[in-house]
Amino acid sequence: MARYEAVIGLEVHVELKTRSKIFCDSTTEFGGAPNTHVCPVCLGLPGVLPVVNKTVVEYAIRVALALNCQIAEFSKFDRKNYYYPDMPKNYQISQYDLPIAEHGSLEIGEGGEAKKIGITRLHMEEDTGKLVHQGTITTTPFSLVDYNRAGVPLIEIVSEPELRSPEEARRYMEKLKAIIQYTGVSDCKMEEGSLRCDANISIRPVGSGAFGTKTEIKNLNSFKALQKALAYEIERQKDVLEEGGRIVQETRTWDEGQGVTLSLRSKEYAHDYRYLPDPDLVPMVIKKDWVEDIRNSLPELPEERRNRYVREYGLPDYDAGVLTNTKELADYFEQCVTACPNPKAVSNWVMGDLTRLLNANNVEITGCPVAPGQLASLLRLIDEGTISGKIAKKVFDEMFATGKDAETVVKERGLVQISDEGAIAAVVNEVLEKNPQSVADYRAGKDRALGFLVGQVMKATRGKANPKMVNKLLKERL
Amino acid sequence: MQLFRLTAHELHGLLSNKEISAEELNKAVFDRIEAVEDKIGAYICRTKEYALERALAVDRQIKNGEKIAPLSGIPVAIKDNICTNGISTTAGSRILSGFIPPYSATVVNKLDAAGAVLTGKTNMDEFAMGSSTENSAFLTTHNPWDTGRVPGGSSGGSAAAVSAGEVICALGSDTGGSIRQPAAFCGVVGMKPTYGAVSRYGLIAFASSLDQIGPLARDVTDCALMLNVICGHDPKDSTSADFAVPDYTGFLNEDVRGLKIGVPEEFMAEGIDPGMRASVESAMTLLENLGATVEYTNLPHNKYALSAYYLIAPAEASSNLARYDGVRYGYRAAAAEDVADMFIKTRSEAFGSEVKRRIMLGTYGLSAGYYDAYYLKALKVRTLIKEDFERALEKYDLLLSPTTPTPAFRFGEKVDDPLKMYLSDICTISVNLAGIPGISLPCGFVDGMPVGLQLMGKYFDEGTLLRVAYTFEQNTDYHKRHPEI
Amino acid sequence: MITKKDVEHVAYLGRLELTGEEKEIYTRQLNDILEHFQSLQQLDTGKVQPTAHVLPLKNVFREDWVGQHMSGEEVLANCPDREEDYFKVPKIV
Repeated sequence: MARYEAVIGLEVHVELKTRSKIFCDSTTEFGGAPNTHVCPVCLGLPGVLPVVNKTVVEYAIRVALALNCQIAEFSKFDRKNYYYPDMPKNYQISQYDLPIAEHGSLEIGEGGEAKKIGITRLHMEEDTGKLVHQGTITTTPFSLVDYNRAGVPLIEIVSEPELRSPEEARRYMEKLKAIIQYTGVSDCKMEEGSLRCDANISIRPVGSGAFGTKTEIKNLNSFKALQKALAYEIERQKDVLEEGGRIVQETRTWDEGQGVTLSLRSKEYAHDYRYLPDPDLVPMVIKKDWVEDIRNSLPELPEERRNRYVREYGLPDYDAGVLTNTKELADYFEQCVTACPNPKAVSNWVMGDLTRLLNANNVEITGCPVAPGQLASLLRLIDEGTISGKIAKKVFDEMFATGKDAETVVKERGLVQISDEGAIAAVVNEVLEKNPQSVADYRAGKDRALGFLVGQVMKATRGKANPKMVNKLLKERL
Repeated sequence: MQLFRLTAHELHGLLSNKEISAEELNKAVFDRIEAVEDKIGAYICRTKEYALERALAVDRQIKNGEKIAPLSGIPVAIKDNICTNGISTTAGSRILSGFIPPYSATVVNKLDAAGAVLTGKTNMDEFAMGSSTENSAFLTTHNPWDTGRVPGGSSGGSAAAVSAGEVICALGSDTGGSIRQPAAFCGVVGMKPTYGAVSRYGLIAFASSLDQIGPLARDVTDCALMLNVICGHDPKDSTSADFAVPDYTGFLNEDVRGLKIGVPEEFMAEGIDPGMRASVESAMTLLENLGATVEYTNLPHNKYALSAYYLIAPAEASSNLARYDGVRYGYRAAAAEDVADMFIKTRSEAFGSEVKRRIMLGTYGLSAGYYDAYYLKALKVRTLIKEDFERALEKYDLLLSPTTPTPAFRFGEKVDDPLKMYLSDICTISVNLAGIPGISLPCGFVDGMPVGLQLMGKYFDEGTLLRVAYTFEQNTDYHKRHPEI
Repeated sequence: MITKKDVEHVAYLGRLELTGEEKEIYTRQLNDILEHFQSLQQLDTGKVQPTAHVLPLKNVFREDWVGQHMSGEEVLANCPDREEDYFKVPKIV
């Protein structure tokens, strides 16, 4: 974009993995037959009353601290009034003017490129139920309602409009997800809806301080969708402006199939949520010691862990950044290092072959068929000279496919490295005899000929000869 | 002996001494219901079979020589906005016709555990919005003292049932006077405890920050016995107070010597029926003669109470009543184009006009641009009203006033003029805004209609109110008179 | 001054549909009531804190335990229309 820049703010909803719902003791467990994870309270029966789940407040504070927020001393719940059949009470208990936390920040980007994105606020609220349609929402003859998710605790994290591109927005989401996962309060599974995102976006001429009219995009249920929808919306808004049109402030939805954002024009009246303090709930006065207790119990966050990897393991900053991007990958790496204290080698394998196979097979690190200890044993075999690095890659492929130990694969396939000098010398002599021209070339100063000869020796031993020894023996004879 | 005329404490004695059985008692009450219910119309639903079964269980206990609790075997009616597991609960509204709760309110469980026998669910103004029970979607309740007059409201069914001998004690709910005003109109004792003293879990909400469940009874002793059962902290109600519940019968001492009683002039000013004023003044004299000090005092912000109340209560109600949409329970309009249409048709067809009026009033007060001027302003005025009471109750042990400005009015007299109807709550609503306890007890008659005396106390000081009410009762006989039906 | 249009808007927010006659009546009555409320505006409440709760209760929490759920039939027993284990409603749009 030459003339315009994008102004993007994200509203991210995170489902907290407490045992019970935010205002009643129904389970939060995902799935279950429709309308079985409910009680009179989350079903909104006449006469019921909410009581706040303390763990929800604790988890909200935990995330807020990880995002450098200020925790409110005084906070309360409010009712947000609007009618929708997935909401049992036709109001959502949320927080309006006194959220649990405000004024946080999060750094995106790596190394010198780091950029701080402000976090406006973080608040707690209840999730709604789920509507099931036959076909799509516009063609279905009726809808069905399942209230199992109604009342599952959510936190909403609102960023400042400081993101300037779809890439930054994606990076912000990834970083946010990593931090929340580190705090252990949510699974952050976008496919199950435990991490959701709405984006506010406008564009303005580069250099302008004013904000353009924004649109809100809903239904962004993957990182890819977020980035693609924003890229589409920027182009769409640009086209509208360049054709002399005006952006309409509205809610749009991302249609993954068509790859476009579509207007969800609301009815004749704009939203008027008529917030009021929930008279069924009393205020929260958050004590300093509680906040400090939670702060002290926070696990190491991605930023600290990354710095520690550079400091303790001597890894390059790039490696440390990639490895600590998700808690699971970092945990995997550290378990490997415990069993095989060669951090750089472990890092290369984790970032290289392991990541390649995970991606190719569409497997998460948590479902990796090769356990950290197994990878460590493989690396030990290399260090001890039992197998070469090249053979190790083959072994690893098989370990990944079968889940077998490195030792088993090596034994079964007869891949143990040949380090017997006599045996290698015999092959070397044979190769020299068969390739007089290469011998002559080498002696005439063509260094490349050595590589060819090494290759011939490895070929004859099906890769099992110790490469160092092959080099040494060849040089002695040339 | 007309068993249905006795009090719970008298009946407890008879039951314990095996002079009567619980079955006999409950049959007598149901016979009485059958005899007079046509003229009174106190019940939306009766639970005779269930009651007689429960009575037999109590009789077995007595027969086995077990000691029974004070309310064991005693017929108790419950206002129809309090949820009863397996028993229809409508809040007097067509929108909840056919609704059978799968759970019971905390107070219902407590009464159950105390051995009380549920006789049925009493009539009320729809969602407790009204002062005459004329807003019930189901039937008209008549004042037992003059069936051409209203019983008051919104707990009109409970008050009329207690007064007419159709039950011994009853539960009501009080948001702006809905226990005390009908108690006064029907000549019985009614108490609104301190906000937070009784769990609201299972009470169908009208205005959550004002609603409170309380007893209606024939005398102050029964009122104390009911409080003993229903008061106390409930972890299911975040607004319920965690306090040590005393034995309320311990306050039933005939002694008011040394007590300082304040009478807010605002409650005795114009608009008060002269006969009522005379009754209240003689009550003041009697208490003075019994050794209390009685003085006039002031609640300067009381004149704003009505406005603040009619902004706060409808605002909360507009939100509380949003859940009635035809999806999960109750009435649903047939033939709707889409869900939005179904919501609108369901609510328009099934809510009565007073409920609609308050939803609109409350919605207006909360809507964009009006919140600060109306709702927030009302919450601030509430602070001033509350502070007035706190100040007065620092100086006095309790406050005294008439419960209502006039005795029970005639049907149709006010129902078409909402503001006039709202003004009939003028003596009771500020007590709800402040959250303090209030009790109404009979203190005289004007043209054959009962007059109610209201006593208002400090937070959680129901005890002093019971003590003064008991002393007054022991020195008068208004509570012993019964209406001829 | 509340107009008939305001009454229509407020009725819509509360999901109510009024007849022509009802609109007239409610417009008049709400104006009467709101006029009565005007007295509040004379009161200076600049330094007054609002009272949302009369008792000074705070930090009322429950522990994070799972309790009993309702049975499926209990959940759907009161519902006006159902399809299998779901609540059924007319189409959304």
